[in-house]
Amino acid sequence: MFYFENRQIVTPGDLLAEGDYVAGNNTYKEGFRIYASRLGLVEYDGRTVRVIALNSVYIPSPGDQVIGKIEDVNVNGWIVDINSPYKGILRANEAFNKPFRQQRDNLASLLDVGDLILAKVVAFDRTIDPILTIREPGLGKITQGQIVKVSPAKVPRIVGRKASMINMLKKETECKITVGRNGIILISGPSPENERLAILAIERIAQEAHTSGLTDRIAEMIRREKGVKT
Amino acid sequence: MSGKIKLINENGLRVDGRRPNELRPIKMEVGILSNADGSAYIEQGKSKILAAVYGPREVHPRHLALPDRALLRCRYHMAPFSVEERKSPAPSRREIELSKVIREALEPAIFLEKFPRTSIDVFIEVLQADGGTRCAGVTVASLALADAGIPMRDMVVACAAGKVDGVIVLDLNDLEDKEGEADIPVAYMPNLGLISLLQMDGILTIEEFNQALNLAIEGCKQIYRLQKEALKAKYVAIKEEVEETCLQ
Repeated sequence: MFYFENRQIVTPGDLLAEGDYVAGNNTYKEGFRIYASRLGLVEYDGRTVRVIALNSVYIPSPGDQVIGKIEDVNVNGWIVDINSPYKGILRANEAFNKPFRQQRDNLASLLDVGDLILAKVVAFDRTIDPILTIREPGLGKITQGQIVKVSPAKVPRIVGRKASMINMLKKETECKITVGRNGIILISGPSPENERLAILAIERIAQEAHTSGLTDRIAEMIRREKGVKT
Repeated sequence: MSGKIKLINENGLRVDGRRPNELRPIKMEVGILSNADGSAYIEQGKSKILAAVYGPREVHPRHLALPDRALLRCRYHMAPFSVEERKSPAPSRREIELSKVIREALEPAIFLEKFPRTSIDVFIEVLQADGGTRCAGVTVASLALADAGIPMRDMVVACAAGKVDGVIVLDLNDLEDKEGEADIPVAYMPNLGLISLLQMDGILTIEEFNQALNLAIEGCKQIYRLQKEALKAKYVAIKEEVEETCLQ
């Protein structure tokens, strides 16, 4: 038995369903009852009941692509701020192509405090801080573009179902958009005007993440903005 | 104590014109501080309180971090201008105790075990005090926690009941608290039906106590409805705006 309609806003403690259901994200189960544990939109999907959070922190998960800022340089690696309660760790041997030797290689010359990197989470569990890598094509130091920050909870909305939203954004604004799972987004486009448009669109998506028909509305907004300028 | 001031008049109304089982007018708002992860504001009668939540975030100092769960830290503070006589801004014995009491009222509601080695910091700032600030503090703090997106078993709502001039009343104000016979602050998790804070100041018989406790829980349930509305209001407003422009 369901107590709400699909995509209705629920608050922590709301009784969502009663009976033989599976508790999905942001819900918890007590006996045969499923309750919401976060403020968000409820989603009934077959036997699964979940809540799409409206706000949350980023909890790293292996395989996630993230954008981080070098916070400190140690003797054998870097500490990276990845917009999460946990600090990212990038080990030196992940960054050098040849075997790393402390006496020879200078870490700060490769990545210094304040540098932004595009990285991937390799390992994370509750006892250790997330381990990052930049040893994959496309990853590494970020040299150009603009950064937008959104709540990590809005990232799936910005990407869209089967990447529909992000593909539309890329096509309409002609920008390269790299979305970090941690809510940090890199935009680099052919002109500042294109970048401005992309940032505007992303901020609008984050603001209206809980409404429906968003992709079409954003596409229309971009086209209108473009029309004004030309 | 009683006899000096008449707290209940001949019509059975209280000093501020309320009936015994009536709450003060309540106004709540969510997400009003842009720098906090979650925030909320409450006006309950003349009591005005602001709450901010930061976290889950790294614990400083580091050695306080817990390996199996998040550390919940709470600070209840009264602004120097919140009371008639200027209050020293340094935390008093009472404020330190209330910080602990509020923390313990919120703790059972939060899934602290989901964020080991982090801290969740709650700041409750009383801007104007007119009784019932610990209860209103719990109510706003849980709003701010929900706004910050911290997973919780249930919202926590708090409300007081007590006895003034021999009558069991709901939601005491400062005067009733000081001149009345008893005061019971209760924090309650409405969906789970659990009490997370229960204190008593004064003297009541067992019957009176039960009556007051039930009244306080009823009050909590009323506040809970307002709390839910306040939490949704921020998002519902955007949704309606969007739907309106779509129709045009």
